[in-house]
Amino acid sequence: MYSYYLTIVLAPLAAAIVAGLFGKQIGRAGAHWITILAVGLSCVLSMFVLKEMFWGGAVAENIHVYTWAVTDGLRMEVGFLVDRLTALMMVVVTFVSFSVHIYTIGYMHDDPGYQRFFSYISLFTFSMLMLVMSNNFLQLFFGWEAVGLVSYLLIGFWYKRESAIFANLKAFLVNRVGDFGFILGIAAIVMFTGSLDYAEVFGQAESVAAQQFEVFPGAPWNAMTVACILLFIGAMGKSAQAPLHVWLPDSMEGPTPISALIHAATMVTAGIFMVARMSPLFELSETALAVVITIGAITAFFMGLLGIVQNDIKRVVAYSTLSQLGYMTVALGASAYSAAIFHLMTHAFFKALLFLAAGSVIIAMHHEQDIRKMGGLRKYMPITYWTALIGSLALIGFPGLSGFFSKDLLIEAVKESHWHGQGAVYWIAYLSVLLGVFVTALYSFRMFFLVFHGKARMDKETKSHLHETPWVVTAPLIMLAIPSAIIGWITVNDVLFNNYFGDAIVVSSAHDVLAHMGESFHGSLSLLKHAPQTPVFWLAAGGVFSAWFLYLRRPDIPVTIKRKLSGIYTLLDRKYYFDDLYIKGFAAGGRGIGRFLWEKGDQLIIDGIIVNGTARSVGKLAGVMRQIQTGYLYTYAFAMIIGLTMLLSWLIWFR
Amino acid sequence: MIGLQHYLTLSAMLFVLSIAGIIINRRNLILILMCIELMLLAVNFNFIAFSRHLGDDTGQVFVFFILTVAAAEAAIGLAILVVLFRNRRSINVQELNTMKG
Repeated sequence: MYSYYLTIVLAPLAAAIVAGLFGKQIGRAGAHWITILAVGLSCVLSMFVLKEMFWGGAVAENIHVYTWAVTDGLRMEVGFLVDRLTALMMVVVTFVSFSVHIYTIGYMHDDPGYQRFFSYISLFTFSMLMLVMSNNFLQLFFGWEAVGLVSYLLIGFWYKRESAIFANLKAFLVNRVGDFGFILGIAAIVMFTGSLDYAEVFGQAESVAAQQFEVFPGAPWNAMTVACILLFIGAMGKSAQAPLHVWLPDSMEGPTPISALIHAATMVTAGIFMVARMSPLFELSETALAVVITIGAITAFFMGLLGIVQNDIKRVVAYSTLSQLGYMTVALGASAYSAAIFHLMTHAFFKALLFLAAGSVIIAMHHEQDIRKMGGLRKYMPITYWTALIGSLALIGFPGLSGFFSKDLLIEAVKESHWHGQGAVYWIAYLSVLLGVFVTALYSFRMFFLVFHGKARMDKETKSHLHETPWVVTAPLIMLAIPSAIIGWITVNDVLFNNYFGDAIVVSSAHDVLAHMGESFHGSLSLLKHAPQTPVFWLAAGGVFSAWFLYLRRPDIPVTIKRKLSGIYTLLDRKYYFDDLYIKGFAAGGRGIGRFLWEKGDQLIIDGIIVNGTARSVGKLAGVMRQIQTGYLYTYAFAMIIGLTMLLSWLIWFR
Repeated sequence: MIGLQHYLTLSAMLFVLSIAGIIINRRNLILILMCIELMLLAVNFNFIAFSRHLGDDTGQVFVFFILTVAAAEAAIGLAILVVLFRNRRSINVQELNTMKG
């Protein structure tokens, strides 16, 4: 298996290097063939690994590949930890990546940066695989930063656009905040355990949890809480949890394929994956779990609300992604790690599908992204319409589709979790995820109806050119629609209740809500039958109905609401003023401090007084001294006499 | 009690002042002549002070001589000055640079 793992990781890297450095020589077709073949190979091998894990009885493997450095007993290594969690992530990553590679042929057809784009997405696949397959914190951090780098490069892919440059810088800076917490978390782990290796760290988890650590003098914290919260700050940056979510909507400036791959399906779920991977640590700190669940709940509900007022098709999907990431985080906080990973998987498929469908619409509309200028696309783009419908229904949790199983059980897990009966935290989390269902359905179908149904609102020119997109675009849609529809049905029992993850995810028995739920779980079918009895179903149905009524039947009502509740509308439209706070507060404050130090500290004190000031005072002194040096003999004679007099005076008075 | 030292100091001050007067003042020839007189007076001060200190009257005789010579010298100096003024319509020292090499 070792050579398989190595191939899975290195094939995309090799393809990225070839497509990136020799793009001119191999041409456009060469670039997409080599990267698609490499990622396809990774995908097939990953599926094989997953198959072996699932049915072949393969056990988790912890493989040491290479020792990079050893300093003071701290080993920095490259290694693979391939267990069932990793195998699942590998398949999700490579499969979505593979679909997106194919889709890109159609989407980026006329772009001059064709080879560069393929090089980047292959490099991304490599980085993401390094992240999920890592067996130590250092490699995790490498993958973490590498996906961040590729994300930065791809958001700013159209680097001549002002807004793209702003967005990628914003993404980079906000991620730095998260990564700062993350690296402090890793440092804390190293400090407490003296090791970077997962197995060793997890082995010492109990003893770490018994230690105290003074973050601020005189206020001892549990060492594990400190480490876990710091690690989670990293996850908040990467998985765009409030208040570090601001970069994700702006990242939609990048091309749509990467919105699907990086900013919906894979990279943003790295934080979720990381917390699930660190479950042996998080389980030991109730405080950290409380932070996780609260942040997740806030993100899940409030970011969903923002989706309702957005008019850019990709931004609606982006806010939906934020909200769904919030759901996963809530599940993590409820110790239902498997539910989070399960939702991560189904979400990866249906959200990538939704993004690619949005991209397909954008291609057909000649790069128009405003949903107010669309409408009635159903009859022009049947394949996109049906796949988008599957994606939207999966997103809102329509019974039978993948999202139904993951979201329904996730909410059930939160409801039954160990937070039950613990007051505020429980109610914030439970109500957020429950009401979030209604909001999700409302914004999803608002977008869906505005785009595909109703009157066509585009101009004549665009309308006359409307047609279904080429097969390279629709094929990935179908490829993703299939798992979006059925994957939940097939895998729900195995992933959630049959102890699929084994040792990969550790849940303390007091927290183990899924085991508790498993006792009353009788297969997919019975869950489906019970769907109409759950509030989740009716909330979703209510959301869809509201969207239909408000945006198709009576489009005048939203306008009235907008006018009547202009305060709330403005609050939502301004995204709760987070951008203003960050741009005008932190960014402008930072620039202000910089400007102050530059103008006052550097220019005035250092340059003005110390450096130039010295030179100037020497010059002035010299100017004065020069007056004495007249060049006339009598002046010197006088000076000598004065000197002589002074010497004599000294002899007389002071000797 | 005022002793020899004080007289000598005063004379040294006068002497240095007169030197400074000669060197710093570059305008007026009369001032230079006056400074030369002051120099001689400073020397006279020394003579008198030592004469008193040593109880020897020779010093005071010297002073009389010097005063006489100084008066004569001043007369000659002023006469030269008058002639000079007649020739050049100026007694500004800085303009007296005909002999500059």
